[in-house]
Amino acid sequence: MVTGPKSSFGWVVHLSVVVFVALWMLPTVGLLVSSFRDKDQISVSGWWTALSTSSQNLVFRAPAGDGEEVVNGRYVLKGSVLDGASGQVSAFGFSSREPAAFAPGTVADLKDGVTLTVAGDGAFELSGPASFAEGRGQRIFYTAEVPPRFTLENYRNVLTASGLGRSFLNSMTVAIPSTVIPILIAAFAAYALAWMPFPGRSLMIAAVVGLLVVPLQMSLIPLLKIYNSVGQALGFDPKSYIGIWLAHTGFGLPLAIYLLRNYMAGLPREVMESARLDGATDFQIFTRIVLPLSFPALASFAIFQFLWTWNDLLVALVFLGPQDDKLVLTGRLVNLLGSRGGDWDILAASAFVSIAVPVLVFFAMQKFLVRGLLAGSVKGG
Amino acid sequence: MSQLWAALATIVIGISGAALYFWGSNLLLDRIYPARAADTATASRNIARAALIRPWLFLGPAILALTLYLVYPVIASLWLSLHDRSGENFVGLANYRWLFGDAGFRESMFNNFLWLLVVPAASTFLGLIAAALTDKIAWGNLAKSLIFMPMAISFVGAAVIWKFVYDYRAEGSEQIGLLNAIVVALGGTPEAWIATPFWNNFFLMAILVWIQTGFAMVILSAALRGIPEETIEAAVLDGASGLQIFFKIMVPQIWGTIAVVWTTITITVLKVFDIVLAMTNGQWNSQVLANLMFDWMFRGGGDFGRGATIAIVIMLLVVPIMVWNIRNARKEMEGR
Repeated sequence: MVTGPKSSFGWVVHLSVVVFVALWMLPTVGLLVSSFRDKDQISVSGWWTALSTSSQNLVFRAPAGDGEEVVNGRYVLKGSVLDGASGQVSAFGFSSREPAAFAPGTVADLKDGVTLTVAGDGAFELSGPASFAEGRGQRIFYTAEVPPRFTLENYRNVLTASGLGRSFLNSMTVAIPSTVIPILIAAFAAYALAWMPFPGRSLMIAAVVGLLVVPLQMSLIPLLKIYNSVGQALGFDPKSYIGIWLAHTGFGLPLAIYLLRNYMAGLPREVMESARLDGATDFQIFTRIVLPLSFPALASFAIFQFLWTWNDLLVALVFLGPQDDKLVLTGRLVNLLGSRGGDWDILAASAFVSIAVPVLVFFAMQKFLVRGLLAGSVKGG
Repeated sequence: MSQLWAALATIVIGISGAALYFWGSNLLLDRIYPARAADTATASRNIARAALIRPWLFLGPAILALTLYLVYPVIASLWLSLHDRSGENFVGLANYRWLFGDAGFRESMFNNFLWLLVVPAASTFLGLIAAALTDKIAWGNLAKSLIFMPMAISFVGAAVIWKFVYDYRAEGSEQIGLLNAIVVALGGTPEAWIATPFWNNFFLMAILVWIQTGFAMVILSAALRGIPEETIEAAVLDGASGLQIFFKIMVPQIWGTIAVVWTTITITVLKVFDIVLAMTNGQWNSQVLANLMFDWMFRGGGDFGRGATIAIVIMLLVVPIMVWNIRNARKEMEGR
């Protein structure tokens, strides 16, 4: 632990950390709160007002004559503009130019002898000389103080309607094999690089370290050309799941080999020597001793690779394509940003669906993630 | 759902296939060169031969995949960058000449350099501060988790999150973006942060800094804990203040780790693509190299020659870090 003269300004440290954490959490909390808010409220007030009542300008269309009564020779239509929801009307009007012209309880004169009044609790009364059954129903504009409303409706909408459920499955289909396949290949390679002496070994290790940083962008065009020609020659769609699994495998291998080799090289030599003396072959040593002992390193890499493949957009766009049925979650989100950038309810709920899985994995497996990061990065103190 | 079953089936087939390869090839090797032979001379020769071949059986699939997916593309990209849009007709250095005259490329290079200057520095610095602060308090681990969490969020998800922060409504109407709401509450006028050329770069960078700070914090925190206590105790005895101890005793001892964090984030910055695509798609002078390359690959008919040329430029920017990493790794291995 770091020790220092801390008692004198301990509360400053606490306060700074609180501010730091709050700043880092705030954007995500904003999204989470927004995703549970009512569709109409998201676009008129900030999410931080979600817990207080908000003032909204709304419209209600009175039913065209349904339920009207005749009282003293006049047709009277009664109801509530709030339609069962709670709230407080603070003003009303009958035209979009002056939506808040009248205070609640006052009587507004519409043309042709029609009068309209809206009470503070939302109850309205339309009365006129002729039946309201003609026409499309009177529009009533009102300003209401609406209490906060939280709803799961946004999630219901996105999961059923906007193709998000499909994309969720696609992301799963991409991420799981792309995580499992490289582990197997890398584990064998890492064992060879850590414990089998052969000429050119240190050159191979250097090559892996070098490949760690090769930008993915480099590979896209040449691989796309290969995929297209192979697909044409063998007569199948070049944009397939197998193609993207292999691509993710190739791109993930350097990190996998590097992490696993570092870990395996640190295993005690005596264990392996004594197994060898007992007549175990390299294959047996690997499967029975090294692999089980390397579990923490395997877990670290698995988490890295899962987060990376789940969150990836570029590789999925290039090797799986932007068609609707193959779109992964990140691709779907980009599309939503473009086509429905104003539909905050859909955007917020979709984004949260897409980040929920990696964030859960993150919190559940954080220990391994941190261990892997440290193994990969801390060199020479 | 059937697609998920197909995926699961493929996993099982793929894994058993790979397992079969490793198991079978090893078995075959043991059959060809049996370790138990009639005379000891043959046996030891067999063992030596098997030991010569076996590493390559273990490495085989990895070498194949690395060559196909990373080594070959570097060479192919070089070749493609000397060819036209279809990748068939040789055009010499025309793509490179075009590149340096292109306004979009110059804008991307300029922006990329801004990103390279700001993001690694800011993330490392903030990460260092966060590491130093959280190491001193009892609930430090919880605080670390929360600061680290954005790392699990995709760049696209982060872009949506930050859209809610940067949103702009015309002056006078109620702001629903956090930043503009704060500006208005303080008496300022709201701004369209993302659509203001030059400055919008910094608002996009903030997103990456937000993601990368946790990474820097985790690694630097481990490095800070690895500092020998004696050096700090000696400084305390000499009457150094807390800040002096931090900047003059502790930071110099972790320069190596700071450099590693810095270079790792630098590489992430060079590849950044999703944030720009999702937030601005390069509009309002916010283009960066990786997104420019994606543009040339697909939009506008798809020009593989020019796309590959931009990829080569990204690669060239990475090479110094690559060399530095390899040299470090070799030094470390000699130390073992």
